[in-house]
Amino acid sequence: MREITEDLLDDMARGAGILGTGGGGDPYVGKLLAREAIRRHGPVPLYSIDEVPADATVVPISTMGAPTVMLEKLPAGTEELAVLRALEAVIGRPATHIVPIEIGGMNSLIPIAAAAQAGLPLVDGDAMGRAFPEAQMVLPTLMGVRNTPMALADDKGNTLVVDAVSNHWAEKIARAACVRMGCQLSSADTVLRGSQLRDGLVPATLTLAEDLGRAVRLARAAHSSPVGAALAVLDGTELFAGKVVDVERRTTGGFARGTARLESSHGALELSFQNEHLLASRGGRTVATTPDLICVLDTESGEPVTTEALRYGLRVTVIGAPCDPRWRTPEGLELAGPRYFGYDCDYEPLAGRPS
Amino acid sequence: MRIGIDVGGTNTDAALIDDDGKVLATVKSPTTHDVTGGVAAALAGLGATEVTAVMIGTTHFVNALVEAARLEPVAAVRLGLPATAALPPLVDWPVRLREVVEGATYLCHGGHEYDGAPISDLDPGELRKVAADIRRRGLRSVAISSVFSPVSAGSEVEAAKILAAELGPGVHLSVSSEIGRVGLLARENATIVNAALSRLAERTVEAFGQALRVAGIDAPLFLSQNDGTLMDVAHARRYPVLTFASGPTNSMRGAAYLSGLSDCAVVDIGGTTTDVGILAGGFPREAAGEALVAEVRTNFRIPDVLSIGIGGGSIISSDGTAGPRSVGYRLTEQALVFGGSTLTATDLAVAAGRAAIGDPGHVSEVSYAGPLKDIEARVAEAVDRMRTSSAPLPVVLVGGGSILIDTLPGFTDVRRPDHFEVANAVGAAIAQVGGEVDRVFSGPREAVLQEAKDEATGRAERAGARTGSVRIVDVEEIPLAYLPGDATRIRVKAVGDLDLEKINA
Repeated sequence: MREITEDLLDDMARGAGILGTGGGGDPYVGKLLAREAIRRHGPVPLYSIDEVPADATVVPISTMGAPTVMLEKLPAGTEELAVLRALEAVIGRPATHIVPIEIGGMNSLIPIAAAAQAGLPLVDGDAMGRAFPEAQMVLPTLMGVRNTPMALADDKGNTLVVDAVSNHWAEKIARAACVRMGCQLSSADTVLRGSQLRDGLVPATLTLAEDLGRAVRLARAAHSSPVGAALAVLDGTELFAGKVVDVERRTTGGFARGTARLESSHGALELSFQNEHLLASRGGRTVATTPDLICVLDTESGEPVTTEALRYGLRVTVIGAPCDPRWRTPEGLELAGPRYFGYDCDYEPLAGRPS
Repeated sequence: MRIGIDVGGTNTDAALIDDDGKVLATVKSPTTHDVTGGVAAALAGLGATEVTAVMIGTTHFVNALVEAARLEPVAAVRLGLPATAALPPLVDWPVRLREVVEGATYLCHGGHEYDGAPISDLDPGELRKVAADIRRRGLRSVAISSVFSPVSAGSEVEAAKILAAELGPGVHLSVSSEIGRVGLLARENATIVNAALSRLAERTVEAFGQALRVAGIDAPLFLSQNDGTLMDVAHARRYPVLTFASGPTNSMRGAAYLSGLSDCAVVDIGGTTTDVGILAGGFPREAAGEALVAEVRTNFRIPDVLSIGIGGGSIISSDGTAGPRSVGYRLTEQALVFGGSTLTATDLAVAAGRAAIGDPGHVSEVSYAGPLKDIEARVAEAVDRMRTSSAPLPVVLVGGGSILIDTLPGFTDVRRPDHFEVANAVGAAIAQVGGEVDRVFSGPREAVLQEAKDEATGRAERAGARTGSVRIVDVEEIPLAYLPGDATRIRVKAVGDLDLEKINA
């Protein structure tokens, strides 16, 4: 056990931004929420998966909606406790631990605020090992764990508990409610027992985010390469370094989709993105696809470049990092592989960590 | 004839331009502590009184924020309850500035969802209680923000009416929808900064007017905004924060004008730094994302500028490297050519015969070739970092320190136009008026794009642009991530020529 204190949040937010693979929302608001909650309620105990008792009730808390909306309509601050209490009432037992559902973007920092407010410890891990756009895209789905009952709450005090026939249906219902309730909800779902954490979570990812953020910060201070520092922490591969020369966006099937073309004296790379960067190819040949992590970093600063911020002229480095091996199974690829996102190509595993 | 004036930290530069756009006279004088002294001296130096308009670009307001001086305490009123309560106004400000600016903060009901629906009803009784508390505390500047006011300003406008009626005409009100774009904390921060500058803005604009009267000039006065467009005096009094990035914008726009290029790199070399920016379609390329001004997060669009520590006053170290230390405004005492004892970059340029400044006899022994070559290589590298394609890119050199540069390795088209030393003042003089829209639209693409363009054009015309001269200079569409449907954030900027008859009417 160690404690998450205020001074760790900048590094965690920077690392979470990189692990967001272009999506997951700007961690800035999440960082401020976590900081204010820690100032009010004190530091948050952080337990490794091994330290959590088998009978623990571990609740992932996250936000759902459009990050652009969250930057404008800040939370009331009551949403996290509201979803926690609503979920506890349905499952009939109190939560003992909070855990992030995803490590990318703002949802890695929101659970810190939730844990501080609830007076509960946090588990060092998450259910994706990256960021994904939909509620069923979590490792517990692969174990047959249901994401329902799913408790949702908005900033106005409305709460809703979803019971659905499948994890996909829960996502569909929650998304529709989200739009009607102002495009920003908190969610408590996919409850895990302590004994399920080993199968349901990617371990030590809050620590990974912190290490990543720290490495980039220190590299910048030492005038060495922040991108190189990120590569080392992620055990990643540099796929391309160049300039963005074209960005095309369109809305199809209800979600923003786009492509970007990067060029350098060494050729070109095509990047396809939806909410996250999902596919990288060179001359028609796939070099990286979801569920592996495709992170686009500002070459100079090492800051993550989100899909919304991609624009002509940015100098970026694209790095690939291997996903958790469980995503590389047929079931994992069916849930979060390139074909699920509508790309007509097969998954090509990245070199790197042995799978 | 028009006069453009740039009030910088060191020099106040001025240019007189005739109706055909020809530069008739230029002058440089030291900036004075009271700011207006330098303006008066510059006007006297130009000697013209029969002018149709005077345009001033100034760093006075941003400097006040950086120094945390001359600021007014602000009552920050936010509408949006029950949303937003988790992060109250001023939440992420640096302590030093917050202590000066924070008068009181209030969270009230009101505000809108992303689609314009109300979050909660505005409560007039609640706002009257807020007004009573503001009065009790003796605060005279109020900043009002409201969730999604760039989409629907209804709550803000209504609340401003109630507070104005309660507080009376002596109290300044800044309203966020008139100042910033989507992103509540950043827009609210800019609004609070604006309110904090309100008294200084009134004094400064009044003093500029006084300087004009003393110089015998009876013409309308305008201030340059961040995006290179103008605002009139009444507007400048109310929105001083919109001048924050006008310095680099004016120098880049002036460089475009003097060189006749609309797409090029601009290298502005001053006494201490070299600023490199890119012009696209005659306007500076803007930086992405949110900008920190004096450690306060804002979401102004400011020019994407790369600064390196090389200028005319740069001190040359024993190994021949220029900068980053500079003698600054003491160049005329400390440089070798002026009889001083410090080897500066200007001395190198004089030794190489690139400029006739001071006494060349003092630098006849200076070995200049290597150090100047190094300066040129470093500036060329900075331009290369800013360029966005390998296509040939013309480079325009401006600013007093640009005499350091003869050629730039890797760039074949390098020019230094006439009047390069006062490009910033020229940029102020030639500025146009503009209008901008930036908010979330829902509906069929073509219809909402047209709606946004019409709105931007209408805003430019209301700001004083001649009807028919307004053109759309920038369109940006960003579909919102993680949001099914067709909600798209659209930003449109329109600019047109200043219609003086409209202003005088």
